[in-house]
Amino acid sequence: MATLSLNNLKKSYGSTEVLHGISLDVADGEFVVFVGPSGCGKSTTLRMIAGLEETTSGIIEIGGREVNNLEPKERDIAMVFQNYAIYPHMSVKKNIAFGLRSSKMPKPDKEKRIQEVAGILDMVDLLERKPNQLSGGQRQRVAIGRAMVRDPAVFLFDEPLSNLDAQLRTQMRLEIKKLHQRVGNTIIFVTHDQVEAMTMADRIVIMKDGHIQQVGTPAEVFHKPANTFVARFIGAPSMNLLAGQIEGATARLKGDVQVAVPTLENAGRRDILLGVRPDDLHPNSGNPIIGGKVILREPLGSETLIYVDTPSGEIIAKADGRTPPNVGDIVELGALPENLHIFDTESGEALT
Amino acid sequence: MVAAPGTPRASSDALLNTQRSRRPRNMGQIIRWLLLFIGGILMIMPIAYMISTSLKWPHEVYNVKLIPDEPTIENYTYVLEDGRFYWWFVNSIIIATITTICNLLFDSLVGYTLCKFRFPGRQIVFIAILSTLMIPTEMLVIPWYLMSQSFGWLDSYWGIMFPGLMTAFGTFLMKQFFESVPDDFIEAARIDGLNELQIWWTVAMPLVKPALAALAIFVFLGNWTAFLWPLIVTNSVDMYTIPVGLSGFGDEADVAWELIMTGAAISTIPTLVVFLIFQRFIIRGVVMAGLKG
Repeated sequence: MATLSLNNLKKSYGSTEVLHGISLDVADGEFVVFVGPSGCGKSTTLRMIAGLEETTSGIIEIGGREVNNLEPKERDIAMVFQNYAIYPHMSVKKNIAFGLRSSKMPKPDKEKRIQEVAGILDMVDLLERKPNQLSGGQRQRVAIGRAMVRDPAVFLFDEPLSNLDAQLRTQMRLEIKKLHQRVGNTIIFVTHDQVEAMTMADRIVIMKDGHIQQVGTPAEVFHKPANTFVARFIGAPSMNLLAGQIEGATARLKGDVQVAVPTLENAGRRDILLGVRPDDLHPNSGNPIIGGKVILREPLGSETLIYVDTPSGEIIAKADGRTPPNVGDIVELGALPENLHIFDTESGEALT
Repeated sequence: MVAAPGTPRASSDALLNTQRSRRPRNMGQIIRWLLLFIGGILMIMPIAYMISTSLKWPHEVYNVKLIPDEPTIENYTYVLEDGRFYWWFVNSIIIATITTICNLLFDSLVGYTLCKFRFPGRQIVFIAILSTLMIPTEMLVIPWYLMSQSFGWLDSYWGIMFPGLMTAFGTFLMKQFFESVPDDFIEAARIDGLNELQIWWTVAMPLVKPALAALAIFVFLGNWTAFLWPLIVTNSVDMYTIPVGLSGFGDEADVAWELIMTGAAISTIPTLVVFLIFQRFIIRGVVMAGLKG
């Protein structure tokens, strides 16, 4: 186990800079998830940590040791790839043992270690099988087993669940989380799926266009998004953002709607976006902020999403699943003041 | 009135339509089979004549009959008892085998490097290698000969083998096959601590076995039947390969076709066996080299 530190990491391909100075400290045993849309630089960052991509500038430290100029094998890391990268011509056992090839461990110890890992991953009966005789989830476990067998300081996962179907993905998510609790290694996990990020991470790193947008616990990035990108990216459905102006602690929205934002401190007068998550916005609750006509309902069982046409634009709110308003009903939507977010229109940065 | 489906009228209409649409397809099929049949005959006839001639007496050789009037195995006895043929056979085996092994190693190493490594000039090197495919052997034999002469390689195994130890075609074939090996495999092996040569040997090579089998057959057959260069570079009869040796059967006044055909028939056996075993790999190899990339 070890800490990981990225210091002003940059990456360029020719004259194009794709990572613009990534800095991050990961604690020993922490589960950190990099999340962001395609092309945001999360996989590049991971590959640079692994030593599969050269670093243009900046420093990578693993366990307090600078590893920039070390080969991947010397970095004490293991990686699980999106396509598993398990060798089709080798049995499960040989695939797992492959990680120990360059180890100087005595043969009986290697055998013991393989059995131990197979036991943890519930694969003892599969050891003699070839990868083409395994299901997607089993293949993924073999890939994790090959990484685990070396007991590396840092585990790197590059979108390992994206090739699995939804049910298996949920199951593997749980297994990886349990595995982390059991072995306690530092894990860096890359995904484009915000649900994966929210459910697995100790801390989430949200990236866009080669920049870190926010680093925080799942609760922090959900409840205190640093900017409009994070507000939109995290949470499904994403946060409602209504254009308007701020004056003191009152937001004036389109259609002459006024919303008091007591949490706002001295923002002056400027163009803003008022954000409120559908999960925090309910019809006929206390502290009404905006009214409108229900134009669509999406029943989800325990709750129903309602699409409401307001003078300030269309917004989504959550209603009770048993007695939701009907399409055509006029509703007053309310939210607690602490759940209202104000973002600067120009920079997108949060003001609350 | 429209007949309901399933009524005799509907069924007969359907039958008529099917017959109409089948007729041209059948004609097309007949033409295709005819062409294939002609092609097959054209390919089999020389082999049939080779075997037929090898079973004829000298006076019957110029008789075009496929079945000899008086079949004999005398030619086989003569050729097999002739010490020269034995040496030519051994020479051919040694040359074809060593060249095949070298091709498998060198072509796959170069193919792998060109496919999986990014370095300046990679594309130029690949194009340069490919462009050598456009130069016919006939143009190369003179520089090869001058080279062999200056290095003292004339009339030696090395002299016969060196031009074919690595081929542009083999490099291209292997490069195309290595494209199908995911980069993740190589990177995973790198992280697991293997060096580049170990990755090539342990991870990449087992995954391109069909290509190696196909290349082995191509190279083996090519060298087994090579004629021009072995003829030029060898002087002593003991260094001849089978094709060169066979061409010398007979004397100045007459060519002993029955003996040449007997030798050719015997020399076909190993290649035929190799081909029958590995033909599915050949087809896959050709398809991959032709369609991928």
